[in-house]
Amino acid sequence: MSDPRPPRVRVTGPPRRAAARRTRTVDIDEETPLGGVYLGSLLRAQLGLALRILAALAVTVGGLPLAFAVVPGLAEVEVLGVGLAWVVVGVVVYPWLLVLGWVYVRRAEQHERDFTALLTETTPEPDGPDEDVR
Amino acid sequence: MTVVPGVVAVVLVTLATLAVGAYGVRFSRTTSDFFVASRSVRPGLNASAIGGEYLSAASFLGIAGLIRTFGAEMLWYPVGWTAGYLVLLVLVAAPLRRSGAYTLPDFAEARLGSRRVRAVCSTLVVAIGWLYLLPQFEGAALTLAAALDSPRWVGPVVVSAVVLVSVGSGGMRSITFVQAFQYWLKLTALLVPVAVLLVVWAGDRAAGLPGPSAGAAGEGWSVPLAAGGAQGLYTTYSLVLATFLGTMGLPHVVVRFYTNPDGRAARRTTLAVLALLGVFYVVPPVYAGLGRAYGADAGDTTTLVLDLPRLVVPGLGGEVLTGLVTAGAFAAFLSTSSGLAVAVAGVLTQDVTQRRLPRLPGVAAFRVAAVVAVVVPLVAVLLLPDFGVAQAVGLAFAVAASTFCPLLVLGIWWRGLTAAGAVAGLVVGGLGSVVAVTWTLADDVSRGWVDTLLGQPAAWSVPLAVVTMVGVSRATAAQVPAHARRFMVRLHTPEAVPLDRG
Repeated sequence: MSDPRPPRVRVTGPPRRAAARRTRTVDIDEETPLGGVYLGSLLRAQLGLALRILAALAVTVGGLPLAFAVVPGLAEVEVLGVGLAWVVVGVVVYPWLLVLGWVYVRRAEQHERDFTALLTETTPEPDGPDEDVR
Repeated sequence: MTVVPGVVAVVLVTLATLAVGAYGVRFSRTTSDFFVASRSVRPGLNASAIGGEYLSAASFLGIAGLIRTFGAEMLWYPVGWTAGYLVLLVLVAAPLRRSGAYTLPDFAEARLGSRRVRAVCSTLVVAIGWLYLLPQFEGAALTLAAALDSPRWVGPVVVSAVVLVSVGSGGMRSITFVQAFQYWLKLTALLVPVAVLLVVWAGDRAAGLPGPSAGAAGEGWSVPLAAGGAQGLYTTYSLVLATFLGTMGLPHVVVRFYTNPDGRAARRTTLAVLALLGVFYVVPPVYAGLGRAYGADAGDTTTLVLDLPRLVVPGLGGEVLTGLVTAGAFAAFLSTSSGLAVAVAGVLTQDVTQRRLPRLPGVAAFRVAAVVAVVVPLVAVLLLPDFGVAQAVGLAFAVAASTFCPLLVLGIWWRGLTAAGAVAGLVVGGLGSVVAVTWTLADDVSRGWVDTLLGQPAAWSVPLAVVTMVGVSRATAAQVPAHARRFMVRLHTPEAVPLDRG
């Protein structure tokens, strides 16, 4: 008991390098509530997009039979000498379907890029702020 | 009428199909090659293959004749067959590929963890596949009878023989090349004759022949609705629903999505399919209009495309064009039958032949299954008397829309689906649609609401299946599979993100 001082203790911060490698994929793999939020946001974004495209399809293409039933004169309208039904249901529908599909693919891939960026970006600390949760 | 163009066309298409298939065999070695072409088919090639497989006898021959006879209401068939791919694109394309399953029953079993769901799905795949093969064989019988003057059995037997050789030798890898080739063959066989016919028609019209629009004044020909007021409107909408939703449930369509490298490629493939189908389906109404202008027989709906060239262009030109459209029609039977045979054989291999004959190597088990997949509907067609080609196709779409569509959509987007709910919905939707259409095929006399509802069941059988699936799943919520969330991760997250996908 000649020396009352306690032994020297080395004080360090949390291991920074390991923390820097932690990505948000862990939250999904370990099924944390936060992981559920990430996955839920992707699912909602993709499903919402799908439903908007389907709604556009239902209103435009799906509305055609109703339009022809409600306005009987529509079938007699001629465009460039061909009946309106042949032009719209026979031709115009196809490029329109392609446009809807193209819009969908672009947006869906954008959602996935955002999700990938969010999950693979490294967070500074395990419990750091998640200000950019989308 | 000479049979030379028909014989030449059938022989050439058969040789070309076998040659392209043999080319594919060189790349086909493993069981994975047989089932899913080792999941390495790029979007451009895969979209051509899907287009080639999808454009069946009904698309190549049936639609033009139906429009010629019944008018613009029949335009909804090609529109629905194309829009079905948009619905498939936005709801199932990428997740289905990411599920990593070989076949539809594989998907159901992986998602719900139940052998019982798998058994129901396998039965439905085989049933829908055979239902769809019947009209292909029937169409082959009619076409070869018209083109070659042959007895009725020749068409189905020739088609099944060629299908068996190309499917059995190279499986999916080989079939992918065959079908991509056949899409372009079909498009050529439809476009080149129509271009010639339009030029001839323009000349004839200058000389005083009435054009299609002048003849279109006929009662209701240009109205895109089924006749009969509210019942007609119901029939049209129910048909739209069946085709929009049924496409994703056809086994030969679904199986092709497993051949994409990843989810993103699956989406791009589907987009390309939308373009390829759109280009194709613009043409049949032109045949219908020309058939009307030249007074082709309105009673015979199946052979309009085959008869028109001779009617419009006399002499050698007409014979050459007839050979071309016959080649296209024959390619249509071959490609759709091959796709269906691969899909049915894939399921039979996994659920029957590999289980019953465990010592058989994978590829041999697939070949045995392919023989069963083709021979059963072949025998059925030879035994059954003539039946409606279009009606059998319609039945297949209605059944697919009422069973696999709710299963796929709910399985992909709703974590709460249970095995009990899935089985209940599949049984209710399947029985409802099958009973309804069987009733209609057996008795098509009355014109009341009951017959209208049963004749085009999708508008009530699809919601019924969905409600049953959701309701029973809610009641058995305790049985939601434990891995459901992990499976959702696998279905919806891009492959680039390193995640545990179970």
